[in-house]
Amino acid sequence: METPYKKKTPKKRKWETFPGRNKFYCDGRIMMAKQTGVFYLTLVLILVTCGLFFTFDCWFLAEQLTPIIPVIGAVLFLFVIGTLLRTSFSDPGVLPRATPDEAADLERQIDVANGSTGYRPPPRTKEVVINGQTVKLKYCFTCKIFRPPRASHCSLCDNCVERFDHHCPWVGNCVGKRNYRFFYMFILSLSFLTVFIFAFVITHIILNSQRIGFLSALKDSPVVVCFFSVWSIVGLSGFHTYLISSNQTTNEDIKGSWSSKRSKDNYNPYSYGNIFTNCCAALCGPLPPRWLPSGPLYVCMLVATGFAQLDPRVEKKKKPAAFLLRSQYHTDQKEHLVSFCSFPVPFFRLKTHSHHLLIQFQILPSVLFKV
Amino acid sequence: MAETHSLQDLRHQAAVAAKVFIQRDYTNGTLCQFQTKFPSELETKIDKQQFEETMRTLNNLYAEAEKLGSQSYVEGCLACLTAYTIFLCIETHYEKVLKKIAKYIQEQNDKVYAPRGLLLTDPLERGLRVIEITIFEDRSLTQ
Repeated sequence: METPYKKKTPKKRKWETFPGRNKFYCDGRIMMAKQTGVFYLTLVLILVTCGLFFTFDCWFLAEQLTPIIPVIGAVLFLFVIGTLLRTSFSDPGVLPRATPDEAADLERQIDVANGSTGYRPPPRTKEVVINGQTVKLKYCFTCKIFRPPRASHCSLCDNCVERFDHHCPWVGNCVGKRNYRFFYMFILSLSFLTVFIFAFVITHIILNSQRIGFLSALKDSPVVVCFFSVWSIVGLSGFHTYLISSNQTTNEDIKGSWSSKRSKDNYNPYSYGNIFTNCCAALCGPLPPRWLPSGPLYVCMLVATGFAQLDPRVEKKKKPAAFLLRSQYHTDQKEHLVSFCSFPVPFFRLKTHSHHLLIQFQILPSVLFKV
Repeated sequence: MAETHSLQDLRHQAAVAAKVFIQRDYTNGTLCQFQTKFPSELETKIDKQQFEETMRTLNNLYAEAEKLGSQSYVEGCLACLTAYTIFLCIETHYEKVLKKIAKYIQEQNDKVYAPRGLLLTDPLERGLRVIEITIFEDRSLTQ
């Protein structure tokens, strides 16, 4: 018997039919919350602050102190951006909603347990004993599942997320089981970066004030953008360090789920007992997979080489240009010209009134591989 | 008399009679473990020993995936140092074990469950929440 010809319909990927309120990019590889405005603000703030620091302070500090300062700053900056993007773009540990069969099966089980009656049954919970502590598992009416322990439903993204910490608008995503370590590394490295920038801007002002007086040095330097953010970010890092060492989520801490104030024998059943193991488990433990698959990823590794040279057309009058740019800023004749060429050879040209400096970058495509 | 079916026949031709859902077992915390209790709907289809053997092996495999050992720590530290870009290049231990699990489920379906008119769904497709066992109608597939 011949099988009838079947028209091949393109199979829809799981993320295309995803019921939650998320946005997907790059064929489902990037997953973010619906409102991402604050995330772009975060990105702009970090880029502007670091841009100002590298433009105005680094030359001076590299000359006066050591050139390692801009290098460390650059490494920290790249780490911050990398972890921020990783936190924002990754799946936090979203639980898929129940299939209709599964939902029907659960409803049947609940009816049997309640003894099906005419009126609406009370909120559904299931009790489970974990390491000696009784934990209530709640039924999620949106996802039609009993939530695993430590999971919570995010009303903004309309998903149940495993080990739900909180929904972070700054990062434009929920923070959950899969991206908590990236989030922690982001705020930790950001605290180091802001403290680093803050300290060296102050150093710059102090060193400058020895030559030209404190007030004019202060006027000269751009307003310390990161002053207020330092305390809030360092505070947040400290709070999350405490949470990691006690193996709690922000959600549990706020609700006081494992607080001894609730009852005398209330304790955290998920804690491994000692701070070290808790930290290792949270940060270096195995990373669970995402259940939303995407196609193969082709990664092209780009190698950028940069070199700076003095433009030979302008005769040299003073010391090498790189370290004198800063001192020109309070003259009227300063001039900064930054121009970009199109790919593949972009270059920067910075011109001051005394000499030209040509910085050229080349981007060489090197490796293309499939992961 | 029990009919023997192949996995392909089941998927394409047989109708679904019922579905059984094996839920997670949370008594040891949030580690991925499934309940090994034998569901009553499968009593006539498969023997208890076989089912429990499958569940036990799956539980052991998941425990191996989530084990906090030196390998996972080294992987985690290396990933942190490279700002997590290393995940683009290498496969994590968890992913390797998940592939092993998928192969095991496929093998169990081919050898044990499909001949009895049953089908195990990989729990990864349900977000590691349930193991879905589909019971197919027991009807003759021969012409």
